Amino acid sequence: MSGQTPEISAEAVVLPQPRRRQRRSKHRPAWEGRPSIGGQALKVIVLAAVVLAVVFPLYTVILTSLSTQAETIRVGGLVTVPGELTINAYTQILGGGIVARAALVSTFITVVGTVLSTTVSVMGAYGLSRPGSFAHRPILFVFLITMFFGAGLIPTYLLVSSLGLINSYWALILPGAVSAFNVLILRNFFMGIDVSILDAARIDGAGDWRILGRIVLPMSRAVIAVVALFYGVGYWNAFFNAILYINDNAKWPLQLVLRSYVLQGVTLPGSGVGQVDVATGAVTGLPIKMAVMVLAIVPILLVYPFVQRHFTKGVIFGAIKG
Amino acid sequence: MSLSELVRRRPPVTPGEAAPPAPVPTRKIGWRVRLKRDRSLLIMVTPAILLLGVFAYVPMLGNVIAWQNYSPYTGFLHSPYVGWANFERVFTNPLFVNAVENTLIITAFQLVFFFPIPILLALLLNSVITPSVRTTIQSIVYLPHFFSWVLVVTVFQQIFGGAGLINQTLSNHGLGSGFDMMTNPDTFLVLITMQSVWKDAGWGIIIFLAALSTVSPELYEASAVDGAGRWRRMWHISLPALRPVIILLLILRLGDALTVGFEQLILQRNAVGAGVSEVIDTYVYFQGVVYGDWSFAAAAGLVKGVVSLALVLGANKLAHVFGESGVYKRA
Repeated sequence: MSGQTPEISAEAVVLPQPRRRQRRSKHRPAWEGRPSIGGQALKVIVLAAVVLAVVFPLYTVILTSLSTQAETIRVGGLVTVPGELTINAYTQILGGGIVARAALVSTFITVVGTVLSTTVSVMGAYGLSRPGSFAHRPILFVFLITMFFGAGLIPTYLLVSSLGLINSYWALILPGAVSAFNVLILRNFFMGIDVSILDAARIDGAGDWRILGRIVLPMSRAVIAVVALFYGVGYWNAFFNAILYINDNAKWPLQLVLRSYVLQGVTLPGSGVGQVDVATGAVTGLPIKMAVMVLAIVPILLVYPFVQRHFTKGVIFGAIKG
Repeated sequence: MSLSELVRRRPPVTPGEAAPPAPVPTRKIGWRVRLKRDRSLLIMVTPAILLLGVFAYVPMLGNVIAWQNYSPYTGFLHSPYVGWANFERVFTNPLFVNAVENTLIITAFQLVFFFPIPILLALLLNSVITPSVRTTIQSIVYLPHFFSWVLVVTVFQQIFGGAGLINQTLSNHGLGSGFDMMTNPDTFLVLITMQSVWKDAGWGIIIFLAALSTVSPELYEASAVDGAGRWRRMWHISLPALRPVIILLLILRLGDALTVGFEQLILQRNAVGAGVSEVIDTYVYFQGVVYGDWSFAAAAGLVKGVVSLALVLGANKLAHVFGESGVYKRA
């Protein structure tokens, strides 16, 4: 090994005068020298700034949602240093009224939509994973074309309204239920599975349904989890579909409530939220607004850590190349 | 049914021999036999095809209203055809031209100030050698990608808006008040780019990190032994490794040149005004769904769709010319 010689000579030079600061990281390869102090410091500062840019806004939003309204008035807005804490905002919004209902609507759409989309996509991807099967290329093209040419907003809207789906939750689920991109992620992964395993099952008499359920699905849990996360996040976060198709604000999903009540500062009539406002004299309470935001983040924060470790290069890279 | 039919895709392999590199389509089998054999596969694809058929392909046909004087009362079938009149109106409309200009300005600005950031971040993160630190930073910076635009815009409003954290801090320290980026048309381009960076730049590094992880450590070692410093290793090893990915993403971005943050912009259109925030997508939405000029809006949307398609195909052609594989391979 050519790397051996420099390493030994470096040790020989360093050993006579060992200093505590000179301890090298066990992860640093032997051939690599120590970085300069200035470069190291710059790196730490930039990375810390990046991390802080993500974490700080979340911290202050969460802290404000847990503060009393008096505290937010005292500091003049968002709370950055913990002061008087309370969970009043959460008991208010979850106690009923429009926010709680919207959260339920969003949960329903997300769960039903994700199950439907993931099931349809997994089946579609498996059906497309055999080059040489009947009509394989034409079917593949049916998927690919939708990635390059979108029909446009107006015809889609007219279609959904002529199907009578206005004010129906299905309007938030069906139009985007299948993403060709996600199908290709899955297909790419399925095609990477060792064919000899599938052939063995086939010789043992298993049909395609059994192979999909018993062999392919258990081997693909990670990629399916990632695709389900993509779909789930899409359904949870979608707000424009709801603007288009849901006119009845009793049926609003959480993102629309967030937009109207928090971003645009509209006071929603008949909501539990309104009572607080009367009591304090303020039009809207900042802690409650921030609590609605936290409510919109929480499901993502709950699911994300479990799926995030599957963002491997295989899943993402295969997707882009697919 | 013979064994070679059961074992699709490839001829039987003798034990000990390496598997053939590419699956060989079984062309010799007649279509009737393949239809029977692949029945289950076709059934599995059917739900997805039906959904795409209804919600992607039927609307494509629905674009015929761009050549009609469509009214919801007469419907697709009975509205009169007016030739290219709607397209003429689109191209001579100053508001549409303004929307196209805004779209292109935003795309160009983000290409310069957004696109390089994930590359730089990935190179920086790749140089972090402690695995636990690196994965922690990764998980944190990916996170905002999964937030909705409503949430991102609201977070920015709470920090950069008139009642936001910055203005609040400035006025608490007597440094003047009136800082409000959310309603200032002059800084709108900077604002939306900051929002895009905050939301998606972290997620953008994932693909560059994946590309960097495929580089053999021996390359770095050999060049280090030959006396190349950190910067030279980055320039001559890391960046060339990223080249195909960078070109690929540039192509995808170019194909999306006319699509700029629809949800992001429509959320902020009222605050800064249509003058700077109107893009093609928002223009189509307002003309059609809000003002009811369906045929005109469909024509404008169709122009965008066709130009976008041409851009993707053109950019991909360009990539082939430069010897890169592009989004799809040459068939």
